Amino acid sequence: MRSGTTRSTTGRTPRALLLPAGIALLLLAGPLVALLVRAPWAEIPGLLAGPVVLPALALSIGTALASTAVCILIGVPLAAVLAGSDGWPRGLTRVTRAIVATPLVLPPVVGGIALLLLLSRTGLLGQALYAGFGITIPFTTVAVVIAQTFVGLPFLVLSVEGALRGVDSRFAVASATLGASPWLTFSRVVLPLAAPGVAAGAVLSFARALGEFGATITFAGSLPGVTETLPVAAYIALTNDPGSAIAIAVVLVLVAIAVLVTLRERWLTGLRP
Amino acid sequence: MSGALSARLGVQRGAFALDADLSVRPGTVLAVVGRNGAGKSTALGALAGITALTSGSVALDGVVLDDADRRFVPPERRSIGLVQQQPALFPHLSVLDNVAFGLRAGGATRGDAREQAHAALAEQGLDALAQRRPSQVSGGQAARIALVRTMIRRPALLLLDEPLAAIDAELRPALRASIAALLDSFPGSAILVTHDVADAEALADEVALLDAGRVLQRGTLAALRSDPADPVVSRLLAPGGRLDDETTA
Repeated sequence: MRSGTTRSTTGRTPRALLLPAGIALLLLAGPLVALLVRAPWAEIPGLLAGPVVLPALALSIGTALASTAVCILIGVPLAAVLAGSDGWPRGLTRVTRAIVATPLVLPPVVGGIALLLLLSRTGLLGQALYAGFGITIPFTTVAVVIAQTFVGLPFLVLSVEGALRGVDSRFAVASATLGASPWLTFSRVVLPLAAPGVAAGAVLSFARALGEFGATITFAGSLPGVTETLPVAAYIALTNDPGSAIAIAVVLVLVAIAVLVTLRERWLTGLRP
Repeated sequence: MSGALSARLGVQRGAFALDADLSVRPGTVLAVVGRNGAGKSTALGALAGITALTSGSVALDGVVLDDADRRFVPPERRSIGLVQQQPALFPHLSVLDNVAFGLRAGGATRGDAREQAHAALAEQGLDALAQRRPSQVSGGQAARIALVRTMIRRPALLLLDEPLAAIDAELRPALRASIAALLDSFPGSAILVTHDVADAEALADEVALLDAGRVLQRGTLAALRSDPADPVVSRLLAPGGRLDDETTA
């Protein structure tokens, strides 16, 4: 008798696929291995505490937390609306869904340019903000949060929508027939049952916000302490202070690993519908 | 006594059409029996307000709840309790908070709701389970808790969708007896959907046989047995009959 997991022999992987598969894996793992091997480990603690990394780290964590909070506040309602959109005209659902997914496929720099065209002092909306209230958004910490929210929102919305759709409708029926209003049913029954999806979406959008570079540098610039987040600082440091750049890169890799560990149940066992 | 239900249910859903009068006199229990796909659950959904009528009307104690046109009262504002086939206890709440849920939704304070919920559970000998999660109780216990959870709101009309279907056969008689006891002390009316004739025999005053969305015959079980409208009725209502054996899949 054989021990271990029973495997079907009919679905064996063709050997010809092994070489390209290996190359793909090497391409993914190689750069990270190089980074970890070449990192000046002894100097990293000093670099992290230095004048470049620490303010950028604090700014990055602060803005990423803020944008994640905004994502949850406006993304969960959007996800709930989408999850309940089955009765809508088909075209409307598709357009809404496409709008939500756009930042996933849009180059972040383009997102930054688009945000400028909307919110700069001469922008579509920014003009009124400046003329009416004297508010200027670009190149401020708020701009960093907006850029991060723009790129992180799809992760939250799509993850939460999937989770909400996955909640058995029997629970909503039970809640309604027990006298609960639609709001109570959503907030006390459906949303708590979708909480794992909200948590996963929040972690993903936090990770995306922390790594945001293109939209941030375009829309918010790189003012140390104000808009210079970790990725921006790493890019700028690379020319004159490569040690700091590598230290930042190591920090971001560690965060990425932490995200994967947090989501291991959902992602490391293979994506499921 | 309350629970005077006047219900002419018309629901058109694709090729399936429900067209059935399921009116019930106050304080009585109507068993709706029929094969899978006869429209039993659709009828309960229409009464509870989960599904809107496409024709006909529903009125409870003189108040129109759905007239298939202008008036539609949503489920949370109907004095109608529904116990679904699967108990659907909220998995993230304790048994106690499940039972207290409807009272909280009705505006009771947490303390009041929990106190009443505790008393209701104790009445059924279920208070030892109060702090457990639904995943930590048996199927039979879950069915009884779901019943307590619904009845604590004192609905005028109680809808029971196959309350015994998910229960092991050997536990069914005991659970049937406890449902009978609950219904005896219940002032409102009830509609019990089942495909087990024994349920109808033990729990209902009247039986309506639903087939392909229409009421084939209605009356007391004895009357239906002694004077069946057609051979199908007499075969389906024979003692010990289970209509799921007749599934037309």
